[in-house]
Amino acid sequence: MFDGIRRRVVSLWFPRLASERVLRRCPVDGPFALTLKQQNANRIYCLNTAASEQGLHPGMAYADARAFCPDLQSGAAEPEQDQLFLRLLCRWAARYCPWVGAEGTDGLVLDITGAAHLFGGEEAMLADMRMRLMRAGLSVQAGLADTRGAAWALAHYGEGIAPTGETLPSLKHLPIAALRIDEQISVTLQRLGVRSIGDLVDAARAPLNRRFGPALLRRLDQALGTEPEAISPQAPPPHYAVRMTLPEPIGLLSDVMTGAERLLLPLCDKLKSHEKGARELHLTLRRVDQGHQQVELRLARPLRDPQRILPLFERGLNEIDAGFGIDMLRLEATQVESLPVQQSSHVSDGGKDKLDDLISRLGTRIGLENIQRFLPADSHIPERSFIIAPAAYSEPARGWRSLKSRPLILFPPEPIAASGARPPKRFRWRRMSLATGRATGPERIAPEWWLEDDNWRSGLRDYWRVETIQGRRLWLFYTPQNPGWFVQGEFT
Amino acid sequence: MLDAGFLFPPVNGRTHEVCGAGVYVFAFALMAQRGGYALWVREEWDTRQINPIGFAGFTEPSDVTVCNTSGQTETLAVAEEALRSAAVSLVVMTLNKPVGLTEGRRLQLAAREGKSTGLAIIPEGLGSNAAETRWRCTPVFDPGAASHDSTLQKWELIKNKSGTCGAWYVRWDPAARRIVMVPPPGKRAGFAPLPG
Repeated sequence: MFDGIRRRVVSLWFPRLASERVLRRCPVDGPFALTLKQQNANRIYCLNTAASEQGLHPGMAYADARAFCPDLQSGAAEPEQDQLFLRLLCRWAARYCPWVGAEGTDGLVLDITGAAHLFGGEEAMLADMRMRLMRAGLSVQAGLADTRGAAWALAHYGEGIAPTGETLPSLKHLPIAALRIDEQISVTLQRLGVRSIGDLVDAARAPLNRRFGPALLRRLDQALGTEPEAISPQAPPPHYAVRMTLPEPIGLLSDVMTGAERLLLPLCDKLKSHEKGARELHLTLRRVDQGHQQVELRLARPLRDPQRILPLFERGLNEIDAGFGIDMLRLEATQVESLPVQQSSHVSDGGKDKLDDLISRLGTRIGLENIQRFLPADSHIPERSFIIAPAAYSEPARGWRSLKSRPLILFPPEPIAASGARPPKRFRWRRMSLATGRATGPERIAPEWWLEDDNWRSGLRDYWRVETIQGRRLWLFYTPQNPGWFVQGEFT
Repeated sequence: MLDAGFLFPPVNGRTHEVCGAGVYVFAFALMAQRGGYALWVREEWDTRQINPIGFAGFTEPSDVTVCNTSGQTETLAVAEEALRSAAVSLVVMTLNKPVGLTEGRRLQLAAREGKSTGLAIIPEGLGSNAAETRWRCTPVFDPGAASHDSTLQKWELIKNKSGTCGAWYVRWDPAARRIVMVPPPGKRAGFAPLPG
């Protein structure tokens, strides 16, 4: 693909990205390192210059590093945050050219074809990048060449600019590893006496291909420009927010609802195209006096159906004070979940949608976490034989099995005055005198020793179902290891 | 052998009240009778917890959703909204304070609009005049029961806006999953009168 203009590619490498990201926020003097837990050992992940000068290197055990350098300050590495930071750098680099991609986890690649003259030439452009990055506190190594591979090689092994069409002369003296090949292949090649890229170019291709597979020569061709390599700019992550500015302020509830509906339609279309559903929505209303009002909506299910979401805003909007009028609306889906397109069926789901909408509506009033459902759990301990989960964040589960009869309600154990291993003939409970009519039991339940539970400190429990003459049917238990009688539940 | 006069289940589209020690059987039996989804509204400080393993014999626990509210005002508001929504067929709420006529009336209207049933579990003697019916459920000791899991209860209808009151002896039939009426204990052979 030669169109008269040679492509020019810049590769930027941030050798200390992770540690510098942290140090930008809170600078420290002296050696500093970030550690990452790898295979149960804390290892050095990234260092600053002072630490490197002390002889530390990435990958060494943190304990050793502390021994070498007692005044080492350290923090925990956060690779995800580093990736976010790299994405920000991607956005920043778009000031030089539109084609910016990430190179691995610690570099950028820019296709600056036809953009360099805007910055006064390539030298000036690189100088500008370096200056700005230095100001931001990032150390960078840059390479500029005709191909992505060559630029990468220059960035990592000897910074510089390879003039147009002179890729091979500039790469000749660089070590083999500059070709982005496996450690193992590069070591083997060095054993064979192939040390620099120039040696590799002079070597016969066929044996190399047989010995190392196609990957090595592909990397070489990519670096020299005989095989093309694309730079795919990173698409920005989808942003689920829409806004609307109004020429005239509005204040009526119906008008605001109409506005919200107009915002919902494009937002839901966007969610649909990405196969997502909104879980949390924020509607921000800006008033004429620059005051902001916000309505937050949390949904019991990921949704993208405007007709179902819109009515849920009504309660929140009722409490909004419009002041002198509202002149801007902004709707953002702050939390989205994947919601694949499903085939619609003509069989109704038994009102499940209605129930979800009701849970969402009630959630706006009392909080979604206060609406719960039961899930079966595998335990003999009565109070742990089911799980209480927030209904909005769990799926209903079937499969309830009860082998023994269990009371309808449970409460924290209430002690009663009695002694002996058999249920008492008469006892007082909740200021009632009760007499045992029939007792069924005992059913012995042992505590789950693998879990700490203060309620089960008293050890084993012998459960009895006691039917009293007065009618109440209670669930009593006796603790033989620590004698005492308690009432824990009530049957019908 | 349901008696023609046995007025269970109470009429749909209204709210009812129930009190006594056997209220839970009444609530779950009604749940089983209604089918569909049910909402159980309780106050968060209440230490009594309905046990899904226990009521799995009545109805499917995964169809029951529990709401924890901060107080009676919130309980009534949630119940009203749920009744009106038509998403659930039964709303059970536990109340601890007397309900005013206005609130009771609002519940009635909501239940009528959503064609659902409301059931308020109330302390003995605290009801609202707006309730359609009021029941008192008391468990009864059943010496003649062969099985060890008798569920004999005495249900008294102590208030009925549109009909007569009455009292019945009933028990839950787990096989048929419904409430069956039984003759009073005194009518049975071999029955010794209750002591004291």
